[in-house]
Amino acid sequence: MKYEPVIGLEIHVELSTRSKMFCGCRVEFGGEPNTRTCPVCLAHPGALPVMNRQAIRYLTRIALALDCEIPGKSIFHRKNYFYPDLPKGYQISQYDQPFAIEGELHVGVEGEIFRVGIERVHQEEDTAKNIHAGESGRIAGSLYSLIDFNRSGTPLVEIVTKPEIHSPQAARAFLNKLKNTLLYLDVSDCNMEEGSLRCDANVSLKPVGAEELGVKTELKNMNSFKHLEKGLTQEIARQMALLEEGGKVVQQTVHFDVASGEISPLRSKEFAHDYRYFPEPDLVPLVASAEFVDEVRAEMPELPEARSRRYMETLGLPEYDAEVLTSSRNLADYYEESLGHYQDAKALSNWVMGELLGYLNATGQELSDLKVKPGQLAALLKMVDSGGINAKTGKEVFAEMCDTGKDPSAIVEAGGLAQISDQSELEALIDKAIADNPGQVEQYRGGKQQVVGFFVGQVMKATQGRANPQAVNELLRKKLSG
Amino acid sequence: MNLLRLTATEALALMEKGELSSAELTGACLSQIERHDAEVSAFLKLTAAEAHQQAAAADAAAGERPPLAGLPTAIKDVLCTRGVTTTCASRMLENYDPIYTATCVEQMTAAGIVSLGKTNMDEFAMGSSTENSAYGPTRNPWDLERVPGGSSGGSAAAVAAGEAVWALGSDTGGSIRQPAALCGVVGLKPTYGSVSRYGLVAFASSFDQVGPLTKSVKDAALMLKYLVGKDPLDSTSVEYPETVMIPEDKDLQGVRIGVISELQTEGIDPAVKDVFDRAVTTLEAAGAVVTEASLPHSQYALPAYYILAPAEASANLARFDGVRYGFRAGGGDDVTAMYEETRSRGFGEEVKRRIMLGTYALSSGYYDAYYGQAQKVRTLVVQDFEEAFKQVDLLISPTSPTTAFKLGERTADPLTMYLSDICTIPVNLAGLPGISIPAGLADGLPVGLQIIGKAFAENDLLQAARGAEMAIGFDGVSPLIEGQDK
Amino acid sequence: MVSHDDVNYVAKLARLKVDSTELDRFAGQLSSILGHVDKISELDLADVTPTSHVIKLSNVFREDAPRPSVERDEALANGPDVERGAFKVPPILEA
Ligand SMILES: [Mg+2]
Ligand SMILES: [Zn+2]
Repeated sequence: MKYEPVIGLEIHVELSTRSKMFCGCRVEFGGEPNTRTCPVCLAHPGALPVMNRQAIRYLTRIALALDCEIPGKSIFHRKNYFYPDLPKGYQISQYDQPFAIEGELHVGVEGEIFRVGIERVHQEEDTAKNIHAGESGRIAGSLYSLIDFNRSGTPLVEIVTKPEIHSPQAARAFLNKLKNTLLYLDVSDCNMEEGSLRCDANVSLKPVGAEELGVKTELKNMNSFKHLEKGLTQEIARQMALLEEGGKVVQQTVHFDVASGEISPLRSKEFAHDYRYFPEPDLVPLVASAEFVDEVRAEMPELPEARSRRYMETLGLPEYDAEVLTSSRNLADYYEESLGHYQDAKALSNWVMGELLGYLNATGQELSDLKVKPGQLAALLKMVDSGGINAKTGKEVFAEMCDTGKDPSAIVEAGGLAQISDQSELEALIDKAIADNPGQVEQYRGGKQQVVGFFVGQVMKATQGRANPQAVNELLRKKLSG
Repeated sequence: MNLLRLTATEALALMEKGELSSAELTGACLSQIERHDAEVSAFLKLTAAEAHQQAAAADAAAGERPPLAGLPTAIKDVLCTRGVTTTCASRMLENYDPIYTATCVEQMTAAGIVSLGKTNMDEFAMGSSTENSAYGPTRNPWDLERVPGGSSGGSAAAVAAGEAVWALGSDTGGSIRQPAALCGVVGLKPTYGSVSRYGLVAFASSFDQVGPLTKSVKDAALMLKYLVGKDPLDSTSVEYPETVMIPEDKDLQGVRIGVISELQTEGIDPAVKDVFDRAVTTLEAAGAVVTEASLPHSQYALPAYYILAPAEASANLARFDGVRYGFRAGGGDDVTAMYEETRSRGFGEEVKRRIMLGTYALSSGYYDAYYGQAQKVRTLVVQDFEEAFKQVDLLISPTSPTTAFKLGERTADPLTMYLSDICTIPVNLAGLPGISIPAGLADGLPVGLQIIGKAFAENDLLQAARGAEMAIGFDGVSPLIEGQDK
Repeated sequence: MVSHDDVNYVAKLARLKVDSTELDRFAGQLSSILGHVDKISELDLADVTPTSHVIKLSNVFREDAPRPSVERDEALANGPDVERGAFKVPPILEA
């Protein structure tokens, strides 16, 4: 029998509000443990939650970006379970009346666009952080744990997809697209390493063409795109092998060990979860009126699709360029800011996609680390256009700008890199090259036109690449023929 | 003059005229505590030194006095007070020092009160007799063999014993009104949402409300005035829609009062019924138009309450896990074992029972049958009141089906104890304001008259209660005060 | 009505330990209380909407403005076991 994988993702996004979901403590990553807590997020007796308005605006942005239906009234529930990182003994979350439902996201993978349905988008709060003390630093075999409540109560949005993803690559592409969208929305920094974007996956296999889904397992906390893809690949392979041997998949949570690449069932005591959801009496219902939703819609930033379309339609960029440039909000912002100083959209696109992304790839840097400001890049391109330097020198200057952050003019001046276009200076160099290489002159005159390239090379060598290539070419042809 | 008989309103007037100092009044309360609290056990913690200081400061203050300046006040130990141990009468919080103060206490402090200390209660406000305290029961000042009611039994007893001029309590299913009735004082549960719950250690969040226990209706109004208000830290609190008025000395002319028929018969002690009936006649004589009123679903209120309140409580008490504060039992090899040891030893019997009951009602497979149905009953109870208030301005019933019972009499059977609250619980389900005022004595023990008003109509409720108080003319005090008379 | 298994299950969920005498007692008491509660089943509630809040409020928000947190010493002051600025708990075996 042939099986196909069915994958659903559950994504948790920490919102980048200034304060926590239900109290005034600051939202920040890291810092000394337990320095951003209060009676509310430590769950002291008698403390009560109050909703953060901005978090709900961010939630609304996400719901709109994912084309969700917003039913209007949603309520918070208490999800009850005991864990040291959960100070109240319950998480305030949404259950049977979530904020948004029935959305979708279109994702491209290997040139094909597919649609992933969004089941629900709801608001909840993050837990504290456990630090497991012991040899491994992992939960298994730890001697004790230390709890830091700085993260406790950070606004968290949960996004649940329908089980409509059919390969690890597609899952990765979905998560990437979602992350990009969230970054566009400016609602989270989506840093997977720091945990502000987290992903769990449900995986099952079903015979190709079958309606009914197979038994699923849950892969918890895939903390990078690579791990998500690898973990899913491993788990699918494991299930496939099991089914082909005539075995059965057991519904359970499994752990993907990044180091060994192994899948193992997560140790979980015999006890099933029974969350005893009930409406949170300390909060009142959340009603998203049409006016409120419209207000948020009006403040929505332009999303990648719209931006890409605009690049094609008004800037005349090819689709490929538009896609690459809008693949991250930072990059598109950088591109547009540069375009404010320099008008040739395509030339700029070539530089950004070629030199700039090339540099980032080669050095493993993020765009935010880049020392070259958009205005500096524009100035460099203008120098090339006006013949102040040639294109090849331009690339070298760009590399130096990346390393030092200096202005292109300063680099050109200090390095004496200005392009030599002066007729007499070039003529002297050409005369010398002709005099030094009588053999090649013979060849040229014998009809071997391509020998011009040799002479250009000689002149470039003599000028350390600064000679204006067009001028050299013209002068050479004249002299060699003369 | 017996200072122990003074109401807050009278004491304020005397202090304003310079005929009484807060130091004298506070001193009188503290002496009374010293004399009698070893037997009454109204207080879990005294803050005598601070009280003396606050009294002295109130007396020394020049210029305009804060509105409640110098009034010695007892605070139920369910309200967080920064730096003053707050135990909720539980072993779980034996050494818990709150890092913040409840909003209502802050408001009272800003209004100038002197804080005498923290009063005993049923553990986490669960109970009707103050016997469920990890630190021993409080006794009724009228008869030390009897309970003061609960859960605000310490606050009620403190006021009845003259140990405090007035006190703060909390009411989830009758915990202010029932002990007020049993101790012969006035107890008001305000409309849900009018007083901030921030810093009130939660029992059942959708029912809990803080309110006054006082010697008079005017005192209840006076305290309420400084308790109400929207608190940005409590999402369920609202801006009180009008100014709280001190009731006038007026009869009940034209006030339409409905006697709740369902709360007249079953389970009501005949002696209590007698006193209640006489009170009804008195109200009529004072001009009230008294009719029968019906709350057809009131018999379902208690069952619904004993699902909803324990369910909320089971979640509210999950935070007591031995991690961040409070008691932690040693010997747990892993965190689950630690939780189980801590919670089993830190909580008392009744608290555990309610946690189990609430957990059961919410657990998978039972939610719809219990919790879901109980929420629907709540709707019916709310509608019953709405219907009744189309005919009358106020509703009345006995506050408690019996007078104060003997210590130990009902501890064996939880259900019998729960029935102590049959008259008060419907009011909490509907979130309405209710007051208990003394209606007279039955066999030498106080009987309470419960008056129920419309939501946020405390002014009408208190005005009628004042009229009833005048008409009834109850002037009894507990022997502990009487004994100090000269 | 409430069995020993029920009591054990609920106790486990609520992180309470019950010994054998408590098991009997709680089963009996919970049965008796729920017996009284079952009175509700007399009612036809099919068309009744549930009430979880008696006050008609919605959308109570605070602005997204950070307020000072408590000092760490204060946050930890009531902690039964504290180490390196954090709350210390026995090993977590259950995931
Ligand atoms: Mg979640
Ligand atoms: Zn906080």
